[in-house]
Amino acid sequence: MGIGDWVSSWPVYRQLTGADRTGRGAAARSARTERLRPRVADADKVVKSICPYCAVGCGQNVYVRDGKVTQVEGDPDSPISRGRLCPKGSATLQLTTGPNRLDTVLYRRPHGTEWEHLDLDTAMDMIADRVIAARLTGWEWEDDQGRPLRRTMGFASLGGATLDNEENYLFKKLFTALGAIQIENQARI
Amino acid sequence: MAECHPVGFQWVMAAKARGAAVIHVDPRFTRTSALADVHVPIRVGTDIAFLGGIVNYVLTHEKYFREYVLAYTNASTIICENFKDTEDLDGVFSGLDPQARAYDFSNWRYEGGDVPAAAGEQDQEYEERVDHAEAQEVDHAEAQEAARPEVHGSGGAEALAEGARLQTDETLQHPRCVFQILKRHFARYTPETVEEICGIPRDTFLRVCELITENSGRDRTTSFAYAVGWTQHTVGAQYIRTASILQALLGNIGRPGGGILALRGHASIQGSTDIPTLYNLLPGYIPMPHAHQNEDLDAFVEAEGARKGYWGNMRAYVVSLLKAWWGDAATADNDFCFDYLPRLTGDHGTYQTAQAQVEGTCKGYFLLGENPAVGSANARLQRFGMANLDWLVVRDFSLIESATWWKDGPEIETGELRTEDIRTEVFFLPAAAHTEKSGSFTNTQRLLQWHRQAVEPRGDTRSDLWFAYYLGRLIRDKLSDPAHRARMGLDADGRGIERDRPVLDLTWDYPTEGGYDDPDAEAVLAEINGFDAHGHPLSGYTQLKDDGSTSCGCWIYCGVYADGVNQADRRKPYTEQDWVAAEWAWAWPLNRRILYNRASADPEGRPWSERKAYLEWDPERRKWVGPDVPDFDEHMPPDYEPHPDATGPEGLSGKDPFVMQSDGKAWLYAPVGLVDGPLPTHYEPQESPFTNPLYGQQRNPVRNMPKPGGDFFHPSDGEPGAEVFPYLATTYRLTEHHTAGGMSRWLPYLSELQPEFFCEVSPELARERGLEHLGWATIVSARSAIEARVLVTERMTPLDVQGRRVHQIGLPYHWGPNGYSTGDAANELLHIALDPNVHIQESKVLTCDIRPGRRPRGPALRELVNEYRRRAGITEETGRQM
Repeated sequence: MGIGDWVSSWPVYRQLTGADRTGRGAAARSARTERLRPRVADADKVVKSICPYCAVGCGQNVYVRDGKVTQVEGDPDSPISRGRLCPKGSATLQLTTGPNRLDTVLYRRPHGTEWEHLDLDTAMDMIADRVIAARLTGWEWEDDQGRPLRRTMGFASLGGATLDNEENYLFKKLFTALGAIQIENQARI
Repeated sequence: MAECHPVGFQWVMAAKARGAAVIHVDPRFTRTSALADVHVPIRVGTDIAFLGGIVNYVLTHEKYFREYVLAYTNASTIICENFKDTEDLDGVFSGLDPQARAYDFSNWRYEGGDVPAAAGEQDQEYEERVDHAEAQEVDHAEAQEAARPEVHGSGGAEALAEGARLQTDETLQHPRCVFQILKRHFARYTPETVEEICGIPRDTFLRVCELITENSGRDRTTSFAYAVGWTQHTVGAQYIRTASILQALLGNIGRPGGGILALRGHASIQGSTDIPTLYNLLPGYIPMPHAHQNEDLDAFVEAEGARKGYWGNMRAYVVSLLKAWWGDAATADNDFCFDYLPRLTGDHGTYQTAQAQVEGTCKGYFLLGENPAVGSANARLQRFGMANLDWLVVRDFSLIESATWWKDGPEIETGELRTEDIRTEVFFLPAAAHTEKSGSFTNTQRLLQWHRQAVEPRGDTRSDLWFAYYLGRLIRDKLSDPAHRARMGLDADGRGIERDRPVLDLTWDYPTEGGYDDPDAEAVLAEINGFDAHGHPLSGYTQLKDDGSTSCGCWIYCGVYADGVNQADRRKPYTEQDWVAAEWAWAWPLNRRILYNRASADPEGRPWSERKAYLEWDPERRKWVGPDVPDFDEHMPPDYEPHPDATGPEGLSGKDPFVMQSDGKAWLYAPVGLVDGPLPTHYEPQESPFTNPLYGQQRNPVRNMPKPGGDFFHPSDGEPGAEVFPYLATTYRLTEHHTAGGMSRWLPYLSELQPEFFCEVSPELARERGLEHLGWATIVSARSAIEARVLVTERMTPLDVQGRRVHQIGLPYHWGPNGYSTGDAANELLHIALDPNVHIQESKVLTCDIRPGRRPRGPALRELVNEYRRRAGITEETGRQM
């Protein structure tokens, strides 16, 4: 690069001599600027999604590369949000991929002082046994006046406002068939 | 709204840019107030007086929309002679049984000629109920439950006895017509009364009245948006009722730009109410059957349905649900397995469950994305409940407080619990995020929106769909295994198979996909949508049959999988659609975007005005036309008059917009459906520094109180000891955190934005109590004491109420001891007196004390709370009087 080229590559020189007199366009660009790429540019796919926080239901675009979520942004197509996300929605990448996420089952035995590890299949089997036992212990065929109840007061469930409709549907269906009635979620809290 | 629903608030700003006035009513000055035209600071717990004052203004100054009121509301309906108002009875309605603390609401009915058998039976039943209650030393919860507040919430109530004819007075002059009752009821809610109760200066109040009334009528509409600031009260349902009355009087329902908009706080909290993980409901707001009344399917439909309107087809909705759940096992001969449904006997809500855990009857607990150890009122009671369980399953992203209380909870620190003594077995199962599974959320405007799976979850992480499905399979396998049955003693009482039939007969086969054999969420959605006799997807609930030939998992969602297409996954950009954007996702019911939209046109089917045109009757094409799906048969002409014996939707006329009500009208007066009165009335909150100036009755007489022992209440104004807790406190949310923190306190970004728990106090209160900005304060109630950083700010406005100055303290409730951003939980302070209709806690008002400095550690914390209780003379009886 000659000295002339070097001088003329300065942004301030280009601002003073070129068409971009306010220095907010071409004059401000550098070689580094030219190399910058949006972090979503090399995504393998963009998956349509919905923000998991409040009930406004903003649209989200989830960018995936090599089987990992690399960025979550607002979906400009949504008539609800028109591409916008609030501070919580904008933190969705950290919510879903951050260090907060545990990915192993943990178990605390009765009177135990520490967590222990347990494999998922064993945990599922133990939970199924416990549901069956609690259901039986708390079973009520009828009330004190002989009216049919056919229910169990032995176990309860709380949660659902953060779940999908399909998930709530399966929980309600299964627990009701088991005779459980103490099924609740945030809607009453 | 700007704080908690920021992206939704862009539409408020868009309206403001087009000339709308924005009014913000809130005890605190927030980001919403900063952008509003008027901010109205209000004393917490007094909104019925405020809204009632506007109702009175509208009636006194004749600002109501007369044609709308006459045609579309029950203003002209005559009420039975037995009805006596709070104005007559010093703050209670007729029919109150003080022993049972329950109303007999047959006293509130429409006038209907002869007293019919159905009402007689109800009276008789009420006597039984009361006798029973007295025998059990006033078990008022039981008596009140027998009134079934949960049943009529969606309008499925019959207001008129069978065979009776509605009596009306179109001149609105009859002294017992709803309009005249309304005028008398609200007459004392004057601007002066509003000022005395709410602390809102008269001029501010009148400015609000003028803005609202000027912006309502043929050419303009006003909308109300609310969140849990209106619901978390011992009279919460009546807050919404007051707004309903006001909006119906002003003609602001069923029209573009109108409505009462519930801003809900979780991605699918609306969905989890529609497909309810709630004790009192089946999918689509069908009530759970009750042991006292619903012996078989016919009795159930008779008792809970309505003869006219869309609830007239309730049997088809119920039978189709039973077919979805029990398939071929459900036949006409066995009542479609209706007896497989467990029966309710009272309030089985979440606070009852916590008490049942403390008592030891509830032994197992699933927590699915909920954090009650810090997120539910009287959090300490929640932890004591969990410490008495056999087992607890927590499904979440991180180790929330509800997973770790046995190790590091507040009671471990005070020494009240010792880890080694706690026998609860705890399973923590990592849950998949929305990016790791497909499924639908229902947003706050009833829109089902599909989110597609982007990646597979890691390690042991699984979706809740996977968990529910495989738990069900494991349980069914075990119940089918003779060896297991013998080992567990399942047949010891000789009725094991009878007990297990509902589980074994359940339709529970779903196709699976992906690396973890996840059940296919679209297959579940298809079951929710429903099928016809040939297995084809249904396209709407009007196709449902009551003979078992259709199945449908949630009747109001019928059509979401019409034509075998996932309608919730429709994503046509808004730029390619009209302003209603009806091709983005799918709204229940039948993709309607504005409910009760018949009211957008006048009785003859013409738009009320050019500016507010929406749906209109096209006489040429003999159908309703407009940008939305009509809320009724699109070919029903405005002049349709039903035969007197017609039932179901055809039982309503072509001029009746409110198709879920048995009379097709908006209810200014609710003859059935609420257990605490047909009209809203100002009651003071459970804990209040003021006496109710309107009536001798201080509080909601039929509010739900917890069993003695787990909860203590403060004395209110006029009772000895009230001065120990002189301040009001209210809880709220911040933009940067989410509810009890499970989805925000573990995120570095959000934790940095709002790093710790704080309380907001006015400079005046700070001086009064010696509190320093950024210093520490301890806030005390009879439940517990917590510490918070002090934010001294003029955003908190001291109010003048009944000649006294009252200070209010703001407490964001997101915190707990775990995560990056930590702090005490505001829920430690709260009590669990509940609204009697919906059993929600009064999180928005409590009295408290505040003092400088940090709270005591260890056993000294409980000593401080006990000292306060002693000073205030609090016993188990305090605050429990009717």
